[in-house]
Amino acid sequence: MTEWEAVIGLEVHCELRTATKLFCGCRNAFGDEPNTNVCPVCLGLPGSLPVLNAAAVEYAMRIGTALLCEIRPSVFHRKNYFYPDMPKDYQISQYDEPINVDGWLELPDGFRVRVVRAHLEEDTGKTSHMGGGGRIHDAAHALVDYNRAGVPLVEIVSAPDIRSAAQARAYAAELRAILVATGASDGRMEEGSMRVDANVSVRRVGDPGFGTRCEVKNLNSLRSLGRAIEYEIERQIALLEAGDTVLQQTRHWDEGKGQTVALRSKEEAFDYRYFPEPDLVPLAPDAAWQQRVAAALGPMPAERRRRIGTLFGDGAAEGARADQIATVTEQGLDGLVLAATDAGVDPGLALARTANEAAADAERARELSPDAYVALLKMEQAGALSSTQTKAVLAELLAEGGEPADIAKRKGFEALESDSLAGVVAEVVAACPDEWSRYAGGEDKLAQFFIGQVMKATQGKANGKAVVEELRRLRG
Amino acid sequence: MDDARRLTREDAAYVARLARLELTEEELDTYADQLAAVLEHAAQVAALDTGGVVPTAHPLPLENVLRPDEPRPSLDRDEVLAAAPAVEDRRFRVPRVLGESP
Amino acid sequence: MTTGAAGAWAGASAIATEVRSGGRSAASVVEEHLAAIAVLDGELHAFLTVLADQARADAAAVDAAVAAGEDPGPLAGVPVALKDNLCTRGVPTTCSSRILEHWRPPYDATVVGRLRAAGAVVVGKTNLDEFAMGSSTENSAFGPTRNPYDLARVPGGSSGGSAVAVAAGLAALALGSDTGGSIRQPASFCGVVGMKPTYGTVSRYGLVAFASSLDQIGPFARSVADAALLHDVVAGHDPMDSTSLDRPAPATAAAAAGEGVEGLRIGLLAEFVEDVDPSVAGAVRAGAEALAAAGASVEEVSVPQLHFGLPAYYLIAPAEASSNLARYDGVRYGLRVDAPDVEAMNRATREAGFGPEVKRRIMLGTYALSAGYYDAYYGQAQKVRTLIIAAFDDAYRRFDALIGATAPSTAFPIGAKVDDPLQMYLSDVCTIPSNLAGHPAMSVPFGADAGGLPIGVQVLAPALGEATMLRVAGALEVAAPALAAPALAAPGAGATR
Repeated sequence: MTEWEAVIGLEVHCELRTATKLFCGCRNAFGDEPNTNVCPVCLGLPGSLPVLNAAAVEYAMRIGTALLCEIRPSVFHRKNYFYPDMPKDYQISQYDEPINVDGWLELPDGFRVRVVRAHLEEDTGKTSHMGGGGRIHDAAHALVDYNRAGVPLVEIVSAPDIRSAAQARAYAAELRAILVATGASDGRMEEGSMRVDANVSVRRVGDPGFGTRCEVKNLNSLRSLGRAIEYEIERQIALLEAGDTVLQQTRHWDEGKGQTVALRSKEEAFDYRYFPEPDLVPLAPDAAWQQRVAAALGPMPAERRRRIGTLFGDGAAEGARADQIATVTEQGLDGLVLAATDAGVDPGLALARTANEAAADAERARELSPDAYVALLKMEQAGALSSTQTKAVLAELLAEGGEPADIAKRKGFEALESDSLAGVVAEVVAACPDEWSRYAGGEDKLAQFFIGQVMKATQGKANGKAVVEELRRLRG
Repeated sequence: MDDARRLTREDAAYVARLARLELTEEELDTYADQLAAVLEHAAQVAALDTGGVVPTAHPLPLENVLRPDEPRPSLDRDEVLAAAPAVEDRRFRVPRVLGESP
Repeated sequence: MTTGAAGAWAGASAIATEVRSGGRSAASVVEEHLAAIAVLDGELHAFLTVLADQARADAAAVDAAVAAGEDPGPLAGVPVALKDNLCTRGVPTTCSSRILEHWRPPYDATVVGRLRAAGAVVVGKTNLDEFAMGSSTENSAFGPTRNPYDLARVPGGSSGGSAVAVAAGLAALALGSDTGGSIRQPASFCGVVGMKPTYGTVSRYGLVAFASSLDQIGPFARSVADAALLHDVVAGHDPMDSTSLDRPAPATAAAAAGEGVEGLRIGLLAEFVEDVDPSVAGAVRAGAEALAAAGASVEEVSVPQLHFGLPAYYLIAPAEASSNLARYDGVRYGLRVDAPDVEAMNRATREAGFGPEVKRRIMLGTYALSAGYYDAYYGQAQKVRTLIIAAFDDAYRRFDALIGATAPSTAFPIGAKVDDPLQMYLSDVCTIPSNLAGHPAMSVPFGADAGGLPIGVQVLAPALGEATMLRVAGALEVAAPALAAPALAAPGAGATR
């Protein structure tokens, strides 16, 4: 049996969240009435000229910095080809002198994928194929909307370092989190503000060369990305094992059929005739600008995960804890965890409460005042509230806001005075001498029994940990 | 550099396809000849020793020309579509597109 | 300097002065010029579109401003013609091509806006070689323009219509564009002043692009001072053009007013007098002598690298043009020839819409950029450009300005070169290097050949050296032999200066 290895590289086109287009002042907006955000420049009317958007450059630099790229002086090139959604029948892009090169991205499990380049280019208009079910092949004619033409894009190209569909998904997810963290993009695959194409080939394990690769397009979600790559890997292996060859082609993922399909391709490869864009001048962001960008950038997801991980000591976070850390970071709630631990809350408690309860209502949790959240967790930690009560207070805090202490009081979750708790524990101990002598003799698991009794006696107001502490104190 | 070989009729046909020009057989022959003559003349350039010379894309020493990310008025859609050869549903209408966008 | 005798053609400065002072109405000025156009342009065919109603309205507005005590601007009431590759909102801008025959831009070029703000009255759009590709205006899809000195001869190109409008007195000023000599060469053939400014000093926003790194907009006038006046109005930084210089354009009109050439070092370019017609060479040498007599030191200089300008240009310009003209695909505006699929529609539209010279240059440019040939052709040509700039820089260490012929001949007969593209291209040999370098250059009328056809002497200066260039041009103008008025010209022409 031949051992096969998949070799995968991803190209991600990310729309930037600028107010206006890359080369003109038309609004960069999704969903407006067709052809209302157009001007001589983005329509490519005779005589029009491009002028570069400073915010697009800023975002491109943020992305480059976040991906640990080197930011270089760059130029724009024209990529010449005809297509109805191309107002000038050339695209202004970057070719052999792009703004960002040689970076990398670390997946949550530590695996590194190199980023070859991340460059600026303009988006095309949108072509709708009419008649024949929306597919190109059967269409009768097409309609073009140029609202999207000229929207700024950063194209991020990875090295072919990825080896599985799962890794590809992890890369895309991590990249999306990074793009969102930089503020440069909202990373919505379903809306098209983040578009992923996969280059897939296979080779026998140990083979130093590369097999023929196919480009897979039309991946509208992480799930599609994973499924399409898995399908393509199997398709290519099957071909090669049958003695056939893999044809270099562009393939389209068909979600309904669960297959990649070859597109009707032209015989000639595209000759883009790249040459430097004469209507634009070179871009050379100085060191001061680069430093400002770096300074303004907050920590990236990997760094944020690491900061929470270090709360638990040297051991790398694994399993459930790693999942919790990933969840709170992805949901933008790691700040809450850190605020709590800074104030003295136990890391395990802070992480669990945030990953389980707060993350369930992440949008509201992100708006939560850290002070209120911390106060609540401290109440739980001090034994003033049970975990059940804490969850209830949190739910109301998220829904209505307010102060945890007030909410607790309103709900009747009164803090049980430590004196009165001691009193209740003493009463229960006295009422259960057999269990007490076993516990005092070392049967720690009987603590649960006593907790249950104390809860009954206090109608659930007691804090389990406080009870255990009291039991131990009594035991001596 | 490559020897600047004489432009053939096949070259002319390839170039015409790239440039979306539909030339007749006669035109292809005529253009191939004319272009070959011009290219031979231009080949003087190809023969120059330019080792170490940096190409000039621009006669100007400008760099970092940027504009602020502020909206400016767009064109009136009616005026835009009035110039269009064919319009449907507020969009530009074209005959069927055979290939995918590269 | 050149107002002429009473009743003769007034220059732009004189018109503006009179209109601003209320001494003359803009309305009367425009009527005079519209009348001349009506009488003469049937034969000359300088104009593709005459804007009679709009011009009258503009003139009336100028007069109203004057009556209200407002200053309408430095070009108040001056009739100006615009080359038909300059976008004028709502007015046909055809580039002399079938593919844009009925196109009306939804916006004005920046220079057009500046002209109007200065009080100028646009009388019409002028003929050119299609998409500015040519040296004779014979490549227009709508018929050639004729030289007013001899109707059987070309006016030069590509800005032939603008040159003729000024030469024949149909307008006081005109704007053209110059990519390889398209202002200077027709100026030379028609006996008027034509100037190409430093690249980046005049905004290209709204100029339909031919070769983006070479194109510049510039003035035609009947005097050096008037040319400088028009240049000053339209020049200056434009945020809509990334290649627009952000420093102020050099102040020019003041310098042109006659500082003289005392003490200037002027080089006579050997490459621009060898291989030209004897009458042209004679005029250039006479010009050199006149400059020396006026106090300049004049010395012959050889810059052999200039020979490579022509082949480099005929790789760079078509390459950029092939890309700039891709947008004419029948999708969004202009001509469409229908077909069952969009690719066929593109091809049929461009086949029908473009003339042979445009197709030829698109083919040449596409080839020069294509895979496998880029380094040898386009890439190499851009390096030659660097060599030419360096060669000019060397020359300008020894000289303040350079002079030579504008064109190797005087106006040739219509039809004489149309079938031999290479021959046509060779007539740009003296003008092309300035475009490649981005330097300013201009043509000043300096006598005529034995047949009475005008000859132009070219003045070249380093980047942003307009002031020096205009001093030399002004001195040449003063010394130039009188040039008879064209055979076909507006009434009252008299001598042009």
